[in-house]
Amino acid sequence: MTMHSNTVSSAAGGAARGVDWAATIKDAGLAAFVALLLTVPLVGLRTVDRPTGLGIEARPEEVVASLLLVFLGRLGLGLIRQGMALPVLILALACAGVGLLLPMPTQVLRLVLVLGGGVIAIRAAMTVATGRSKLSQADRDKRMDRIAAKVQHASRYIGPVAVAFAAVLPLTPLADRMILDIGILLLTYIMLGWGLNIVVGLAGLLDLGYVAFYAVGAYSYALLAHYFGLSFWVCLPLAGVLAAISGVLLGFPVLRLRGDYFAIVTLGFGEIIRIILVNWYQFTGGPNGISGIPRPSFFGIADFSRSPAEGMAAFHEMFGLEFSPLHRIIFLYYLILALALVVNLFTLRVRKLPLGRAWEALREDDIACASLGINRTNMKLAAFAIAAMFGGFAGSFFATRQGFISPESFTFIESAIILAIVVLGGMGSQIGVVVATLLVIGLPEAFRELADYRMLAFGAGMVVIMLWRPRGLLAHRDPTILLHGGRNPAATGAAK
Amino acid sequence: MDYFLQQLINGLSLGAIYGLIAIGYTMVYGIIGMINFAHGEIYMIGSFVALITFLAIGALGITWVPLALLVMLLASMLFTSVYGWTVERIAYRPLRSSPRLAPLISAIGMSIFLQNYIQLLQGARSKPLQPILPGNLTLMDGAVSVSYVRLATIVITLVLMVGFTMLINRTSLGRAQRACEQDKKMAGLLGVNVDRVISLTFVMGAALAAVAGMMVLLIYGVIDFYIGFLAGVKSFTAAVLGGVGSLPGAMLGGVVIGLIEAFWSGYVGSEWKDVATFSILVLVLIFRPTGLLGRPEIEKV
Repeated sequence: MTMHSNTVSSAAGGAARGVDWAATIKDAGLAAFVALLLTVPLVGLRTVDRPTGLGIEARPEEVVASLLLVFLGRLGLGLIRQGMALPVLILALACAGVGLLLPMPTQVLRLVLVLGGGVIAIRAAMTVATGRSKLSQADRDKRMDRIAAKVQHASRYIGPVAVAFAAVLPLTPLADRMILDIGILLLTYIMLGWGLNIVVGLAGLLDLGYVAFYAVGAYSYALLAHYFGLSFWVCLPLAGVLAAISGVLLGFPVLRLRGDYFAIVTLGFGEIIRIILVNWYQFTGGPNGISGIPRPSFFGIADFSRSPAEGMAAFHEMFGLEFSPLHRIIFLYYLILALALVVNLFTLRVRKLPLGRAWEALREDDIACASLGINRTNMKLAAFAIAAMFGGFAGSFFATRQGFISPESFTFIESAIILAIVVLGGMGSQIGVVVATLLVIGLPEAFRELADYRMLAFGAGMVVIMLWRPRGLLAHRDPTILLHGGRNPAATGAAK
Repeated sequence: MDYFLQQLINGLSLGAIYGLIAIGYTMVYGIIGMINFAHGEIYMIGSFVALITFLAIGALGITWVPLALLVMLLASMLFTSVYGWTVERIAYRPLRSSPRLAPLISAIGMSIFLQNYIQLLQGARSKPLQPILPGNLTLMDGAVSVSYVRLATIVITLVLMVGFTMLINRTSLGRAQRACEQDKKMAGLLGVNVDRVISLTFVMGAALAAVAGMMVLLIYGVIDFYIGFLAGVKSFTAAVLGGVGSLPGAMLGGVVIGLIEAFWSGYVGSEWKDVATFSILVLVLIFRPTGLLGRPEIEKV
């Protein structure tokens, strides 16, 4: 809706001192006209359900408000470009202040005022500070690369600290039910992100159907437990194996495809698996899903319930603790933490093995790899299967944590979220996945009361981050192997 | 035989709709080499604009059906193409020289954004509409009945296709478009405004998708904010099936997909029709990656 991210390529940054009012206003007017066309049918006219059928309601004030905002925003940007940054900065700050302090008819208007004013103010402040209207793409990239490189190097220290923090978190008094639940959610997505990173980040295959393997893992456990009464600890490896097999089955025919075709086929496969889950009613329970999935025991020797079934010890009695329902949550938390760390360790180690090196080489240049005698299909298949296996592990963990699964949980949007985590973090960057998960999953979780706007902001955020940093937030990769063992040349950071 | 003919008509009209959307995919892929993932959402927006226009002119008291349909068609084409233009301007143009994945992610983000944008503005519930164009044409002594809407869909699609082919083959805009498709840099050097051509490609694709959206509204009489995803994926399948970059291919692919879906629903059952479509996609990509009418892709080192 906002046109603020628009820039005019023809206007050279801060070249002219004098302000060309006519052109600036014309430009802003055009933007407002586009906004008018955008908002008249969909914002200005709302369909409402009436007893007699569909009715319609006019909301002219919202159209006018968005027009004004687009006009002013565009005008502000135009003026910044022409050396009037300081007045614009003051006005934009005033605008944001008004939005923040004065009562507003709707929350949306307040949000737009604050955000729009804020964005313009930042732009203006940057111009005032640097004397340029806008950092060039290359400049921005260079700066962010430097930050990313620092983070990468710091990750050697941050990594263990973060793991230690994650490990002691449940033992601190901070840990209540909610914090632990959010922690489990975050760790699940971190694990999925790391798993997908093997395919997307290392092997360079764009997989839009990763959720299929997550679903296979979840349903493997749920169905095995449902029909054969197998326990979680038997099913966890089985789920991984089944997901890996499905990865090989799905991957084998399509791995010859390249690039976008591959992406679309994986999307198709993801949908096929979901449709099968929905339609195979007798076996999978159809859209109703499977409920009453057994909870995990303490490695098969103790149970977390107050009075466990015959032949099972109770966890709290075994360790002489007061019974607490939190024990199971804490156990689940450690379980997913361990699973996620396994994926991370695997990725870090495999990059030093021939397999991992072949993946990275494939990512950089497919054809060169073939010329060097690397079996492309087998390498890709291995990446696909291993990532699928980790997805399967995560899936069966999801099933045991939720106790209930249905095809609803495995829609395309899940795949998109996981892929967004990998790409936004910077492909191939392990710490990037963590940062992106905190952003993509953590932030919406923190703003639960704005639930309606979550996905809207999520979509817009994906676009904005890509525009701002097309290679991902922390897309800095040190080459795994260096010639002469020396310091890496600066050019490698810009590798594709 | 009657049943067969009935399904044939259903399949053709459905295929016409997929074909109209597929043209947007195929043109965009041909010219900038990206999958415009938000195109399905553009089609959904077209459908909503048509619905809102219909309700608005109903509220104004215009009841003459042909006029209403014409206004709906023009309004949804106009407003939807502005959306197509804006999406390209905001989300894709700044990324034109970026790594291949960036525009795709941006497009997925745009698609999620537009879906939720419509859901927030117009509500999540599906929107039913009483038939605007009721009535059937009966053939073969009443054994086969073709609703006027489906007939109109096929006719309008044919007309649009002829007009569109003329536009691409005869006008200077079409020539510029084809030039950009072959070599953007060279076209730019020869004085073609590449940015403008790309923008117009999005506008044309969006306008055709809007027609498809309106037709779906007329045929099925119910839409919601989520219809874009599945239709988008299937139309992309149609574009791939026909050969990405080929306009007749997109139409042919759309018709093939529509026929498969109609016959599958008619003879096997409607639950598995989407699986059938996706399986076709996979099979085509494996055995004939260039599609039915596509040019072979040359691997350059």
